[in-house]
Amino acid sequence: MSDDHDHPHHPEHHLPSTYHEKLTAAVIELLAEKNLLSTAKITEAIEVMDARGPSLGAKVVARAWTDPEFKRRLLADGSRACAELGIDVGTLKLVVVENTPHAHNVIVCTLCSCYPKMLLGIPPAWYKSKAYRSRTAREPRSVLHEFGLQVGDDVAVRVHDSTADMRYLVLPMRPGGTEGWSEAELAELVTRDSMIGVAQANEPAAV
Amino acid sequence: MNGRFAPGDRVRVRGWFPPGHVRTPYYIRGKCGAIERICGAFDNPERLAYGRPDDPKVLYRVRFAQEEVWGRAERPGDTIDIEIYEHWLEPET
Repeated sequence: MSDDHDHPHHPEHHLPSTYHEKLTAAVIELLAEKNLLSTAKITEAIEVMDARGPSLGAKVVARAWTDPEFKRRLLADGSRACAELGIDVGTLKLVVVENTPHAHNVIVCTLCSCYPKMLLGIPPAWYKSKAYRSRTAREPRSVLHEFGLQVGDDVAVRVHDSTADMRYLVLPMRPGGTEGWSEAELAELVTRDSMIGVAQANEPAAV
Repeated sequence: MNGRFAPGDRVRVRGWFPPGHVRTPYYIRGKCGAIERICGAFDNPERLAYGRPDDPKVLYRVRFAQEEVWGRAERPGDTIDIEIYEHWLEPET
């Protein structure tokens, strides 16, 4: 790979240092040289991904809190319900799991780091850590406690290991004291962590 | 594509240890649970990973008791749900 070829380098791959960064840069250059994929297309895909963030998931949650029929559809088929809100979740199927006074849900991917990027954006580093991935499957209550979340003995913990073609979003419980709030106001209470299941939605006083 | 199992059916994950790209976690092999839902048909990742999208399999979500998986649980009744392709499942009895 000489420096005199005429396609642009992607700025994210200017100075690859680790083995995998070098491998990625080499594959990108080969794909471009062979006209299989342009660097412009790669940049475009990265920009689409960067534009996504937890506000999309929060919008879905706030709608479910205010519209029982939407919530029913969301729990039955997450992908289709998101499409109603104009959110394209791609080819992967979205499963939405509901927190109740009797069950608390938490998401992990023990095999790699599968994550609902289409609704939450890029995952936090801890979600990809070996500690989170191994311990959440085995001792979820201890992990949640370290996140500051105490789950009572009257509440079942349901771990969801995202091992294949589904992606998961937790529907947190709507906080008390929010009667009459608009969807936009409610969405402000919905954090990324509450949709992974390592936290509850914020209380009104926290906003 | 019709599945062999229905929600509520008791199943055992096969104790296979094949080489290659497999999406059945080690820790769940040989364990028993109940079908939580049918997710639909998806390409078998064990062939898809090698460029062969030619082997659709029914995918299930299976719910396991934490005691069954680890021999202990932080609280009885806690569960873990895992996606498992049909060829990895057999009836429990």
